[in-house]
Amino acid sequence: MAPVAFFAASILAIAGAIGVVSLANPFYNVLALVVHLISLAALFLLLRAEFVAAAQIVVYAGAVMVLYVFVVAYVGGQDEPLGGATGGASKGLAYLFAGALLVEICIAVLGSGLKMLHTEGAGYAPGTHAFGTPAYIGELLLTKFLFPFEAASILLLVAAVAAVVLARRRGGVSVGDEQIPFLTALRAPGTGTMAEAASGRLPAAALEEPVALERETAETGGGW
Amino acid sequence: MDIRWYLVVSAFVFSIGATGVLTRRNPLVILLCLELMLNAANLALIAFARMWGNGDGQIFAIIVMVVAACEVTVGLGLIVAMYRRRIPIDVDEARELHG
Repeated sequence: MAPVAFFAASILAIAGAIGVVSLANPFYNVLALVVHLISLAALFLLLRAEFVAAAQIVVYAGAVMVLYVFVVAYVGGQDEPLGGATGGASKGLAYLFAGALLVEICIAVLGSGLKMLHTEGAGYAPGTHAFGTPAYIGELLLTKFLFPFEAASILLLVAAVAAVVLARRRGGVSVGDEQIPFLTALRAPGTGTMAEAASGRLPAAALEEPVALERETAETGGGW
Repeated sequence: MDIRWYLVVSAFVFSIGATGVLTRRNPLVILLCLELMLNAANLALIAFARMWGNGDGQIFAIIVMVVAACEVTVGLGLIVAMYRRRIPIDVDEARELHG
């Protein structure tokens, strides 16, 4: 039973990977990657990594792929000619390099002196605390690997802030015939912040008539 | 099944992902191919964890998934910013770092 499941899952995984690389439409690439990820989760299950398989399905095939689908739908799936402007010579070189990489990794893996590679792995005893169950992983994460766990949370926070900063709307707001930066438009004029002092634009007109700037900002939609 | 088989599948997926990174020009597809390579590494990590009967490799795979999620967020944010600024979504066009 295990060999059948292994070959089915690995053939699907490799087919999905080839689909990601070779299909022309980015939307189909994303769908091929979903197939690949789900069959990889089946391989993880065969390797007794139950928690990682579940996380793979929920986080990868669920959340991350939804993000991809949204961006493909937003940017628009531009079909790209596979022949492309890049010359055939450099493309052939790329295939040659990838083939060399494959041969090299296979030599490294199959020619290694690790005796355990020829077995099905270490012994496995089923149970509630067995290898790869959520209880096992959770205990490791909160004891032995507490620091990487916390570092990962900070990394996620930084990435979320970076994504918002990168993808936000730029270009500022136009007040009259003057273009002012977006952050300045958010602030009430004449509040004397350090940003105003540093940029040297403390609008004299705004000081005389602070309401006008706010009203015009509201009319232009405030940049949101 | 021997652990070797899983490692060979991992090698295949990694090389296919490397081919995609080298040949495709759409940054979205390049990000997808990077995901392929990261997943191949995950498969190898989990196969080795099974080989030793030790959970450290699985924790490593989970951390790799976290880093991949972060990389995707920032990469997709960059692509959206490129689209907003009317820069063509093509890595050949965006090969200069300035403006």
